[in-house]
Amino acid sequence: MSLQAAEPLPSRRAARPIPAAPLAVGTFSIFYLSVIVLLPIAALTWRVVSGGTASFRSAVTNPEAVAAIELTLLLSAIVVAIDVVAGTATAWVLVRDDFRGKHFVDALIDLPFALPTIVAGLTLLALYGPRGGTGIDVAFTRTGVVLALLFVTLPFVVRTVQPVLGELDRELEDAAASLGAGKLTTFRRIVVPAIAPAMLSGIALAFARAVGEFGSVVLISGNLPFKTEMASVYIFGRLNSGDPAGAAAVSLVLLVISFVTLLLVAALRRRVTRHERALEGARKERKAPASPAPGAGR
Amino acid sequence: MSGSGRIALRVAVLGYLGFLLVAPVSLVFYRTFRHGFGPVWTALSNPDAVHALCLTVEIALIAVPLNTLFGVCCAFAVVRYRLPGFGVVNTLVDLPLALSPVVVGLALFVLYGRGNAVGDWLTGHGVHVLFAMPGMLLATIFVSLPFVVREVVPVLREIGDEQEEAAATLGSSGLQTFRRVTLPSIRWAVTYGVVLTTARALGEIGAVSVVSGAIQGRTETLTLFVQRSYENFDPIGAYAGATVLASLAIFTLALMTVLQRQRSCR
Amino acid sequence: MIEVSNLTKRFGDFVALDGVSAMAETGSLTALLGPSGSGKSTLLRVIAGLETPDAGRVLIGGKDVTGRPPQERGIGFVFQHYAAFKHMTVADNVAFGLQIRHRPRAEIRARVEELLALVQLEGLAGRYPAQLSGGQRQRMGLARALAVEPEVLLLDEPFGALDARVRKDLRAWLRHLHDETHTTTIIVTHDQEEAMEVADEVVLMARGHVEQVGSPRELYESPANEFVLTFVGPVSRVAGSWVRPHDVAILLSPDGSDEEAMVERVVHLGFEVRVELTDTTGERLTVQLTRDEADELELASGDIVWLRSRSVVDPDLEPV
Repeated sequence: MSLQAAEPLPSRRAARPIPAAPLAVGTFSIFYLSVIVLLPIAALTWRVVSGGTASFRSAVTNPEAVAAIELTLLLSAIVVAIDVVAGTATAWVLVRDDFRGKHFVDALIDLPFALPTIVAGLTLLALYGPRGGTGIDVAFTRTGVVLALLFVTLPFVVRTVQPVLGELDRELEDAAASLGAGKLTTFRRIVVPAIAPAMLSGIALAFARAVGEFGSVVLISGNLPFKTEMASVYIFGRLNSGDPAGAAAVSLVLLVISFVTLLLVAALRRRVTRHERALEGARKERKAPASPAPGAGR
Repeated sequence: MSGSGRIALRVAVLGYLGFLLVAPVSLVFYRTFRHGFGPVWTALSNPDAVHALCLTVEIALIAVPLNTLFGVCCAFAVVRYRLPGFGVVNTLVDLPLALSPVVVGLALFVLYGRGNAVGDWLTGHGVHVLFAMPGMLLATIFVSLPFVVREVVPVLREIGDEQEEAAATLGSSGLQTFRRVTLPSIRWAVTYGVVLTTARALGEIGAVSVVSGAIQGRTETLTLFVQRSYENFDPIGAYAGATVLASLAIFTLALMTVLQRQRSCR
Repeated sequence: MIEVSNLTKRFGDFVALDGVSAMAETGSLTALLGPSGSGKSTLLRVIAGLETPDAGRVLIGGKDVTGRPPQERGIGFVFQHYAAFKHMTVADNVAFGLQIRHRPRAEIRARVEELLALVQLEGLAGRYPAQLSGGQRQRMGLARALAVEPEVLLLDEPFGALDARVRKDLRAWLRHLHDETHTTTIIVTHDQEEAMEVADEVVLMARGHVEQVGSPRELYESPANEFVLTFVGPVSRVAGSWVRPHDVAILLSPDGSDEEAMVERVVHLGFEVRVELTDTTGERLTVQLTRDEADELELASGDIVWLRSRSVVDPDLEPV
C-alpha cells in the first residue's frame, strides 16, 4: 500500500454551464438583504449619528437609560453564567446518560425556540406570579426577569455543546484515566478545552438574546424604572412618549453590542469549523469503508 | 461517571427543566381549560381575537416563502458560487438573531417614518408602511430571515461539489442538475429551516409592536392580543390566545423532532 | 483517441500543469501515475471539462473540445469518493444519464439490469448508496458512467478510498472489464503497483510535468531519469550504480567482487526473502532473494557477505 496521501486540492471551482444563474441569485440575495436588514439599520444609525454627539450623550446618560442598560447587562451576565452550568450539564446528560423518555427531554429543549416569548412570560407569571399557588411570587422583581431570560436562553448553550460533546473521542478520556487522572481532572483538562469554543459560541448567542429580550420580560417585570426596566422596554417607552431620538440613541448602544457579539460568534464558528475539518480528515483516514449489506459480496 | 453521580446529575437537570419549562407551560393549559372549553371558545370567537389570528397567519404565509427563497439563494451564493463578498453576507444574515426586536422595529420606524427620505417618498405616493400591513410584514421578515440560510449552508458544504460534477459528466444541464440532484439533497434542511422560520414569525412581538402600534382589531397580531388582554385584566382572553400559540408551538416542536430524525437517517 | 497539447493550469500561485502534452490511443487503458501534487488529477479533470485550462488544447476523437462543458464531451467519469446520488436508489443512480436523455422507460430498465449484472450488483437495485460497501458503491459508479456509452472512461483514483484487499480485487476486475468493452480508459493513480498491473501505457508525472511515457516494462527497465527509476520500483545502490534488488547476487566469499556488506536483517515474506544490509560506507540497501536462494546461503544477522549486480538500471544506460 502506497503511503502517499491523496493529492492535496487547492480551492477550485467546477466548470459551471450556466453563468447567468450565479449572477441572478447573488444579485437577488444582496438586494433582499439590503432592503430588509441593511437599509433600516443604516437609517437608524444615520438618525442617531446625524443628531449630533450632544443629543446622543444626553439621551444615553439620562439616569433611567443608564439604569436600564446597566440592569440589562447585569441580568444578562447572571443568566448566561447560570446557562453555562445548566446548559453543559443538560448536554452532558443528553449525550452520556440514557433513560426512558430521553428523546422526549431532548425535544423539549427546543421549546423556547418554538414558543412565542409573550407566552413564555405568561406561563412563568402563571406559576411563579401572584396567583401561582406555589407561594413563590417573582412578579415585578429582578428574579422574575432572570427567570424569563433563563427560559428563553435555555437552548443556546445546550444545542451548541451537545454535538461537540457527542463527537468527542472517548479514547481521549480513557487515555487520561490510564494516566491516572480522576473524573474531575479529566473533565477540566480534556473535556472542557474541547467544548470551550462551542460553549463560548452558545454564551455569546445567549447573551445577545438576553440583552435584546422583550416579549417574555414585558409582563413579568412590570417594567418598573430603575428596578426591573430592561433596555428594550425602556426604548419602547421612549418611543411611546414621543421621544424617538432618545429611543434611537439607546438602540444604537444595543446595536453595537449585537454586532460585537455577532463578530465573536462568527470568529468562533470559523475556528470550530477548522477544528471539525481537521478531525474529519483524521477520521476519514482511519475509517474502514462502510460495512457491506448482509449477504452482499465485496 | 459513578452511578450515584450520574443519577444525581440526571435528577438535577430534569428538575431544572421541569421547574423552568414543563410546570409553567402545563399550568397554562390547565388554567385555560379548567372551566371547560366554553369560555375559551367565547374568548377566541371575539372578533378581535379572530382578526388577530388571521393577521398572524396571513403575515406568516407571505414572510415564510419569501425567506425560504432568499435562504436557498443566499446559501448557494455563499457555498456553491462562492461569490465575492458573500463571506460577509453569511455573517450579516445572522444579525437578526443577535438584535433586539424592539431595535429592529425602531429601525423600520425610522426608515419608513416621517423625516426620512424613503418614508416621506412612500407616504407621498400613498404607500403606508407604518401602522399597516407592509410594516408588520417587513418586521416579521427581518426577524425570521436567518433560519433557512443557516440550515442549508452547512448541508450544502457537507454535500460538496462531487454529486453535481458527476451529474454534469452524465450529460445533465445546470437546471436538470439543480432539480434532480441538488434540491433533493437539501430538502430536509430546507424543511427544517421553514419550520423554524414559521415558528419565529408566529411568535414575533417586539418589532411588530413598534411598527404597527398594535391597533386593536386592525394591526394587532395574536401575540399582541395576548399582551393587551393580560394588561387589560382579561386573563381568559390572554390564556386562550396563549394556548393557541402554545399549541402551535408544540406542533412545531413535534415537526422539528421528526425532521431531525429524518436528517440524521439520510 | 485522446490528445492533450501544451496544457497549463494554475491555482493561484500553484502550478498544477506546466505545458503538458500526452496522448492515449483509442481502446487503450492508460494510467496517469505520480505522487501528490504531480498534476495527474488536474489533467484528468481538464480532459473531462471539470476544469478549464489556462492554455493548451484537449482533443477527443479528433475533435477540439477545449471550450466545451463536460456534458458535451461524451465522457464517463468515476470519482474517488464515488459521488453517489445519496437520495436515489442504485438503479436510479445508474439510470440517471439515460433519464436525462429521456429514453423510454423500458429501454432504461433493460440497460440498468444489463449493467448491474456486468458489475455484479444484481439484486441491489433497490438499495441506497448508504447501504452499500465502498467497493459496491464504486462499482455502481462505474455502471453509472458506462450507462451512457461514453467514448472515453475517466477514473480519478477510483480505488483510493478502499481497503487494500478490495482494491486488488477491483483492479483486476477493471482490467478484465476493459478487455471486454475496449473503451478508451484513463485512470489516475498514485500507486505504481496498480498502474503497472492494470495499464497498457503509463504516463508518469511529477510537479506538473510529464516525466516519461511508455509501457510498464519500459518504465521499469529503461527509466528516463532518476525520478522514474526510484518511483517505479525499489532500487538499491551497488558499486556506484542503481540496481533492482532482485538483480543482486549475494556471495559468501569475495570471488572477484569487492563490494562488501554486512547483513542487518533477513525478512521472510513467503516466497520472497528480503535481506537488509549495510555497505562499507554505512549506507543501507536491500537485496531480494528467492526462498531457495536464501536457504542455500543460510544468512544470519551480522554476517559479512559480498555483492555482485547482475544487471544495472542506470537511466540512459543500456541494461548490462
